[in-house]
Amino acid sequence: MTTARSLLLAALLAGCAVPALAETVYVSNEKDNTLSIIDGATLTVTETVKVGRRPRGITLSADGKHLYICASDDDTVQVMDLATRKILHNLPSGEDPELFALHPDGKQLFIANEESNVVTVVDVPSRKVAYQVDVGVEPEGMAVSPDGKWAVNTSETTNMVHWIDTEKRSVVDHTLVDARPRYAQFNKDGSRLWVSAEIGGTLSVIDTASRKVAQTVRFKIKGVPQDRIQPVGIKLTDDGRYAFVALGPANHVAVVDAQTFAVKEYLLVGRRVWQLDLSPDQKRLYATNGVSGDVSVIDVESLKVVKSIKTGRYPWGVAVKG
Amino acid sequence: MRFSLWLPSLMQIALLAGGLCASPAAFSQEAAPADNSTVRIAYLTQEVEHPPAMSNLDEPPADDGLAGATLAVADNNSTGRFLKQRFALEAVTVPIDGDPAQALRDLAAAGHRIVVLDLPGEAPGALARLPEAADLLLFNAGSTDDSLRNALCAPNLLHTAPDRAMLADALAQYLAVKRWTKWQLIVGTRPEDRLYAAAVKRAAKRFGAEVVEEKTWSEDHDARRTAQAEMPVFTQGKRHDVVIVADEIGDFGDYVLYRTWEPRPVAGTQGLVPTNWHRAHEAWGAAQLQSRFKAAAQRIMSPRDHAVWAAIRAVGEAATRTRSTDPAALATYIRGPDFTLAAFKGVPLSFRSWDGQLRQPVLLAADRSLVSVSPQDGFLHPKTELDTLGHDQPETGCRR
Repeated sequence: MTTARSLLLAALLAGCAVPALAETVYVSNEKDNTLSIIDGATLTVTETVKVGRRPRGITLSADGKHLYICASDDDTVQVMDLATRKILHNLPSGEDPELFALHPDGKQLFIANEESNVVTVVDVPSRKVAYQVDVGVEPEGMAVSPDGKWAVNTSETTNMVHWIDTEKRSVVDHTLVDARPRYAQFNKDGSRLWVSAEIGGTLSVIDTASRKVAQTVRFKIKGVPQDRIQPVGIKLTDDGRYAFVALGPANHVAVVDAQTFAVKEYLLVGRRVWQLDLSPDQKRLYATNGVSGDVSVIDVESLKVVKSIKTGRYPWGVAVKG
Repeated sequence: MRFSLWLPSLMQIALLAGGLCASPAAFSQEAAPADNSTVRIAYLTQEVEHPPAMSNLDEPPADDGLAGATLAVADNNSTGRFLKQRFALEAVTVPIDGDPAQALRDLAAAGHRIVVLDLPGEAPGALARLPEAADLLLFNAGSTDDSLRNALCAPNLLHTAPDRAMLADALAQYLAVKRWTKWQLIVGTRPEDRLYAAAVKRAAKRFGAEVVEEKTWSEDHDARRTAQAEMPVFTQGKRHDVVIVADEIGDFGDYVLYRTWEPRPVAGTQGLVPTNWHRAHEAWGAAQLQSRFKAAAQRIMSPRDHAVWAAIRAVGEAATRTRSTDPAALATYIRGPDFTLAAFKGVPLSFRSWDGQLRQPVLLAADRSLVSVSPQDGFLHPKTELDTLGHDQPETGCRR
């Protein structure tokens, strides 16, 4: 009785009545200036929270307590306390932050500043800019290697991956990829970097050691014009089995065999699928569909779309917390 | 917050360009050709006298087109510095009574091999035929004349400006989707208005619409005072779904809106306008280009700016992909099958092999909103839907 009561109390205090183990999905709504919070157990939106203007990239802090939100039109990165849903403070992000990546040390946040052609590195604890690095025109995708040695940035109009040596704090190499590179992700052991090219319509798999393109993955969907296939978000499963790729206005998520680089499947989702995130147990993939204003839930084992959840207008970024 | 390192160099280019504008002869005394890691790009335009228009709210910017060139060279340079490639712009503005042909000869004599022509009408076709232009790569970024893509086409001439046929087809597809298929056409008296009207009539045939009536607006009084009385009567006639105006200089078209006899939408050169670029366009990263342009030029990007920008970015993209700064190698690559350009229009753009036209989506915009983008869904093409706009291969009049 006492136990039950305290459990209930805890649930009430936490502000939700869901099993404690279920994941929570955070989705930024670019045109609503809000964050939709989805309960992973019921797959429904439980809360919509007002945030800064034009929220795009979102990512969790290393301890999972905070959410970093790129509020692009406010030229800031907001830090939200996930327990209270309150904005604690802002980080100095540079102009028009769009996407970012957290260093494995949990302290350095690498932010792409789309309008000023720089990457801003923020020291999160002190909330100060540690340094800035010049990159190509319209920096967008950001990733940090698992060993923390490399931070990479893709520049959309320069069409390159810029390799930032995090110790030297400078760009030391560039890899040319196809047109309009949007997103970058390292595999689990950091040996490969996957980069999507929206207008090129391809995925480049780059060997980290040589920083050369090792594989180029192309897509073809029956009944979809080739120029509609515009790869954006990428998520790799930790077991090295799959790479999921959001194909934008082609309205499909491609499932790529991460070993053979063959496209295994195309999953029909909502309109203009944009960013992806995996649940911590890697059993579910969440995909934001900007134009249709919803999130598709994909079961990783069966590779089936199991649900779509209505969110705000133009859902953009997604982050899943365990 | 620190601004891009490239702002100073951008400003230098602008100053350089400004200096050259004042003295068209300056470039002929220019120093020895730059080293071979530099791609030299010339921009050639001519001052025009703007005819008086009834609708005279907007002053045409003095650097229309040139500001697009300046930004594109800065964009090329920020990519080029990673590949040790440099891009240099020489801008030449010929006075009203000057001779663009002589300016092009001078550029060729000074060693230029890539020239962006921002000139109206048939001028680019004539310039491309000069003996001195034989080895040049010319871009037409200023003329929408269909003749340049047909009888007056030339092997050394590519077009980044859309032609009137593409614009009219883009509008016709949208009107077909709306099932507004009966058109009243109002044409101005200037020759380019008649060319626009011809493209509209061609588009009507292609997409199953009908020009039920054609009228010429030839009133020479100031309709700002009398449009209220004139337009309703003038637009009376056969039953139609939409009024299409052909008034390229913006003389009377704005005075058709809301003054028609029947409550009908207005499209064409005013009202719902087909265009290669518009300030309301923000999708596919366009918002970034718009704000980058605004920061550099202190004004909104015009369709001409975008056409010039696309031409110079095409050169930059070719230099990036080929890792070459040799103009001949760049020209070959740009014309080849592997070339594509990302130009903030949602799909990769490329040049048509048969007439050198840049295939591109066309925006349909009202003053403050983007209404649609053509090609419209359902207008199919065996190769690319972009070729449903303008002169497709089987119908080309280009024999080059």
